[in-house]
Amino acid sequence: MSAMEIHDLKPILEAIIYVAEDPVRPEQFKEIFPEESYDKIEETLQQLMEEFNGRPGGMWIREIAGGYRMTTRPEYHEHVRAYLKTKPEAKLSMAALETLAVIAYKQPVTLAEILAIRGKKSTTALKTLLEKNLVSIVGRKPVVGRPILYGTSRDFLVHFGLKDTSELPTLEEFAQMAEEKL
Amino acid sequence: MQGEDIANAGGDLAESMAITLRLEGFEGPLDLLLHLIKREEIDIWDIPIARITEQYLEYLQVMRDLNINLAGEWLVMAASLIYIKSRMLLPPDPVLQGQDQEDAAEDPRVELVYQLLEHQKFKNAAEMLYTREEVENSVWNNPPREVMDEGEGLVSATLFDLLKAFQEVVRRFESQGDLEMAGEEVSLEQKLADLRRILLVHDTVLFSSFFANAVSKQHLIVTFLAILELVRLREIWVLQKEAFAEIIITKNAKEAAKN
Repeated sequence: MSAMEIHDLKPILEAIIYVAEDPVRPEQFKEIFPEESYDKIEETLQQLMEEFNGRPGGMWIREIAGGYRMTTRPEYHEHVRAYLKTKPEAKLSMAALETLAVIAYKQPVTLAEILAIRGKKSTTALKTLLEKNLVSIVGRKPVVGRPILYGTSRDFLVHFGLKDTSELPTLEEFAQMAEEKL
Repeated sequence: MQGEDIANAGGDLAESMAITLRLEGFEGPLDLLLHLIKREEIDIWDIPIARITEQYLEYLQVMRDLNINLAGEWLVMAASLIYIKSRMLLPPDPVLQGQDQEDAAEDPRVELVYQLLEHQKFKNAAEMLYTREEVENSVWNNPPREVMDEGEGLVSATLFDLLKAFQEVVRRFESQGDLEMAGEEVSLEQKLADLRRILLVHDTVLFSSFFANAVSKQHLIVTFLAILELVRLREIWVLQKEAFAEIIITKNAKEAAKN
C-alpha cells in the first residue's frame, strides 16, 4: 500500500476508533498502514480529534492510556442510561480508592509504606485492586525481605479516563485542600 | 454526641455471644480522628487532646462491646493519644538546655497533626478518583461497557455513621419501656438469612426499619452485626442523602445474585 493523503486516512482512523473496544494506540494504526510514518499518523489523529470534537455532537474522541477512544459525552449519560437499561455494577469502595490513591502517587510502593500512610492494614483493598487489574506488581524493593512493589496499571488509566498518570492533579494541590477542609 | 450513650448502645449482651467481626475494609483510627475533628469543628493545629482521646476511647469501647475484633492499629493509636495527653501535662524540663530544650518544648501533637494531614491529603486524592470514576461511568463506547451506578446523589455512610444510627435505634428501643421479652435468642446466621430475604424483595431499605421487629436488645445487636457483615461482603451499600442524614441500605444486585 502506498502512502495516503491525510484526508483519505482520516475517515479510516475514525472508523477504526469507532469499532475498537479498547483505546487504539498509534502502533496499532501503524500495523495497518506500514507505509505511513508515525508523524503522519499522529498528525492525522490530531486533525481528526480537532474536527470531530469541534462539532457539537453526542460523541467525542479522547486520548486515554496512550491511545484514542470514542465515547459518548458524559453530559448525555441520563438518556443513554435510560435507553440501555443496564444493571448497576459495584463501584470501588472508599478504602479501595484511598489505597489506589496512595499507590498512584507513591508508586512504586510497598504494602508497608501504604500501611504507614493509611494508618491501617490495606491487604483486602489491595487484593481487590489486583483482582480488578487496576494495580500490578512492578518489582521488588532492594531492601531486607525484598518486599513487593506495586504500581498502577494501564487499566487504571482506562478506568479513570486518563491519558497518563501525569494528568492527575499534583499531591501539593491535595495538601492545600486538606488544610482547608480541617 | 455523648460518649457514654454510645458506650451503652453496645450493651454487654454482645459479650456473651460468640461473634467476632473484622473491620478491615472499613475506616481506620485516622479516619475516626478526622471524623471527630470535623464533627467538633476543631482547629487541627490546636487539638484538645484530652477531649479527643476520651471520645476516641469511647468509640473503641462501643466496638469492643459489639465484639468487633479490633486490629492492632486501633490500640496503637489509643496508646499514642494517651502518651501525647500525658506529655501535654508535663511542665518543660528545666535541666535540658539548647537543642534538647527546644525538642522538648515542641508541641507533642505535631507529629499526629502531620499524620492526619497526610491522611486527609490521600482521602482528597481518593475523592478525586471517585469523581473521575463517576464521569467515566457516564460515558459509553462501542461496545458499551457495563453501567456502574448506585443511587443518585447519595453518599456512602461511614462506620461511625452506622454506630451513631445504631445508638439511635437502641435509644428508641429503650424509650419504648420494658418491652424486653425473655424470648429466644437469634443467631447471626439466622439474622443474615432474614436480611437477605428482605433484600430479595426490596432493593432499598431504611437502616432503622431493619430493627422494627426486634424484641430484645440481643436482637438489635445481632441485626447490627449482620448489617456490618453484609457491608463487608459487599452485598449491600450503606448510603445517605448527606452526611449525618438517615441511613439507607441498598442492595448490591451483582453480589447478591452470587449468594
